[in-house]
Amino acid sequence: MRAGLRMVTGAILLVLLFLLAFGGPLVSSRGWDETDFAAFRQGPSSGHWLGTTQSGRDVFAFTLRGAQNSLLVGLTAALLSTGLAAAVGTAAGFLRGRVDQVLMWGADLLLVLPSFLIVTVLAPRVTGGWPVLAAALAAFMWMVTARAVRAATLRLREREHVLAARFLGVGAPRLVARHVAPGLASLLAVDASLNVSVAIVAESGLSYLGFGVRPPDVSLGTVIADGQGGATAHPWAFGFAAGLLVLIVVAVNLLGDGVRDALDPEAGR
Amino acid sequence: MATFMVRRLANHAALAVLAASLGYLLAAAALDPRAGLEDRAPRPPESVIDARLGALNLDDRTPLAERYLTWAGGVAHGDLGRTFDGEPVDAELWRRLGVSLRLVVPGAVLGGVMGVALGAHAAIRHGRAADRLISGGSYLLLAVPVFVLAVLLQIVAGEANDALGMRVFVWVGESAPEASRGALWDLADRGRRLLLPTATIALGQLAFHARYQRGLMLDVLHADHVLAARARGLRRRDALLRHGLRIALVPMTAYLAYATGLVLLGGVFTETAFGRHGLGEWLVDSISRGDVNAVAAIEGLAACAVLLAALASDVLAAALDPRVRAGGMP
Repeated sequence: MRAGLRMVTGAILLVLLFLLAFGGPLVSSRGWDETDFAAFRQGPSSGHWLGTTQSGRDVFAFTLRGAQNSLLVGLTAALLSTGLAAAVGTAAGFLRGRVDQVLMWGADLLLVLPSFLIVTVLAPRVTGGWPVLAAALAAFMWMVTARAVRAATLRLREREHVLAARFLGVGAPRLVARHVAPGLASLLAVDASLNVSVAIVAESGLSYLGFGVRPPDVSLGTVIADGQGGATAHPWAFGFAAGLLVLIVVAVNLLGDGVRDALDPEAGR
Repeated sequence: MATFMVRRLANHAALAVLAASLGYLLAAAALDPRAGLEDRAPRPPESVIDARLGALNLDDRTPLAERYLTWAGGVAHGDLGRTFDGEPVDAELWRRLGVSLRLVVPGAVLGGVMGVALGAHAAIRHGRAADRLISGGSYLLLAVPVFVLAVLLQIVAGEANDALGMRVFVWVGESAPEASRGALWDLADRGRRLLLPTATIALGQLAFHARYQRGLMLDVLHADHVLAARARGLRRRDALLRHGLRIALVPMTAYLAYATGLVLLGGVFTETAFGRHGLGEWLVDSISRGDVNAVAAIEGLAACAVLLAALASDVLAAALDPRVRAGGMP
C-alpha cells in the first residue's frame, strides 16, 4: 500500500476504534462493573449483546472498558517514552563528554536488563492505576530511540545553520529548542507512533499475566486471560477482546509505517 | 579482530555482572517475602518468620547492602541461594531451563529459518502476488500477540479434534500423566504435544524475520556484486541466493540478540498458555510469592542469554562478512 493510503486507513481505523471504546459504553444497556446474577456465561442476547462472562459481567461493556484502559496506557506510555528519549538523546548528543558517556552507558545497561522482567518485578509495588503503569512501561522503552536521537543530534549540531547560530552567541537551551529540535521532529513522530503498539501489547501482556491493570478494573489483557479458558465453547469474550487488540495494533502500525514512509521516501517499499 | 573480540567480551562480562546485581537489588527492594510467610494459615509466630527469612537471606530488616553482599558472595562461589521452600535455586533453575528450551527452541529455529527464506523469496518476487501475500501475512501476524495466537491455535486444534472425532491435537503438559506405553509411544506423544507451542512460537518469529529479511534483501537486489555475478553468467536466482543473501544476512545477525529477547519473552506466555512448568511460569510464581533469590537468578540468566546472543551475533557477522574480519566495523 502507498504511504498516504496506509496513513489514512490507519488513522480512520484508529478513530473508529476510539469511538467504539469511548462511545460504545454510552449506548450499552449495562455498565462494565455491573454483575447480572441471572446470567452467567450466556450467549449473545438482546440484554447482553455479546453475552456475559463466567462472573456475570456484560462482555460488550466489560471489553470496551478494557479497551479504554489499554488505549490510555498505550498512548501515555508511548508519549512519555518518546519524550524521555528526546530529552536524554539531545542532552547526550549536544553536551557530549561526561554527560554523554554516563547517559549512554545507562541506556546500554537498561537494554541488557530484560525490561519486561523488571516491570513484572516492580508491578506488585505499582499502585495508583494506569498513569503509574504507563510510566513504568515508558521507563523501559526509551533506550534505542535515545541512541538514534543522540546520533541525529550529533549530525545536526555540525550543520551550518546551527554553527552560525552558535557563533552569533545563541545560548544552548535556545539553540536546542529553535535549531536542533525541529530536525528531530520527524524521527520522534515516527518513534512515538510505533511505540504506541509496543506499549499496548506490553500492557495487555502484563495484565494477561496478572501484573498490569488490577481487578476490579480491566484491560484487554485481563479480558483475554479471563476468556481463554472457555474460548472453545464460549468464544465471545475472548474473540471480541482479541479482535479489538489486534485491530488496535494493526491500526497503529499502519499509521506509524505510513508516517515513516511519508517522511522518509527511502523507506517506502 | 582478536583484540576487538576480547574487548567486546570484557565489556559484555562487565555488563552481565552489573545487570545481575541490579536485578537482585531491584527484586530485593521491590518484593515482599515477609508478606508471603505472614499470609500462611495458621500464621507463624514472628520469631519463626524472622528466623526463616534470616536463614534464606530474605530478611527485609537487614540492610539491603548487607543482603546483597551475602548474595553476591554466594554467587561468586556458584551458589545462587535458596528458594522460598529451602531448595537450592540453581538445581531448579537448570531443570526449568530445560523445560523452557525444549518448548522454545524448535519453534525459534523453525521460525528463524522459514522467516529468512520467506523474506528472501518475497524480495526476489518483489511486487508480485507471492510478495504481497508474504508481506501482508507477516504484517498481520506481527500484530497478533503471542497469548492471542496460542489461544487461537488451540481453538482451531480443538475444532480439528471435533471434526476428526478423536484427540489428535493435545497441548497441555510436556508428557502424558498416565502410565508409559513404551518408549516410542512416549516420544511420539511428546512430539505431538510440541506441535502447537512450536507453531505458536514459529509463527511469531517467522513474521518478524520475514519482514526484516525482505527489506535487507531488497537493498542488495541491485548491488554491484550481484550484478557482477550475473555478468559472469550466473542466473538471477543463483546470483541473488549465493551473493545477495549472504550480504543481506549480515545485518540480520545484529537482530539475533533482539530476537533472543523476543523468544525469552514469548516463552513466558507460551508456557502459561500451554501449561508448561518452565522458567516463565517460575518467574510469575516467584514474583507473586516474593521469592527474591529465584527472581534474581532468572533475571541474571536472561541478561546472560541476551549478552551471549550479542556475542554470537558478533561472531556470525565476522564469519559472514570479510569487512568485519579485516577489523573495520560495518
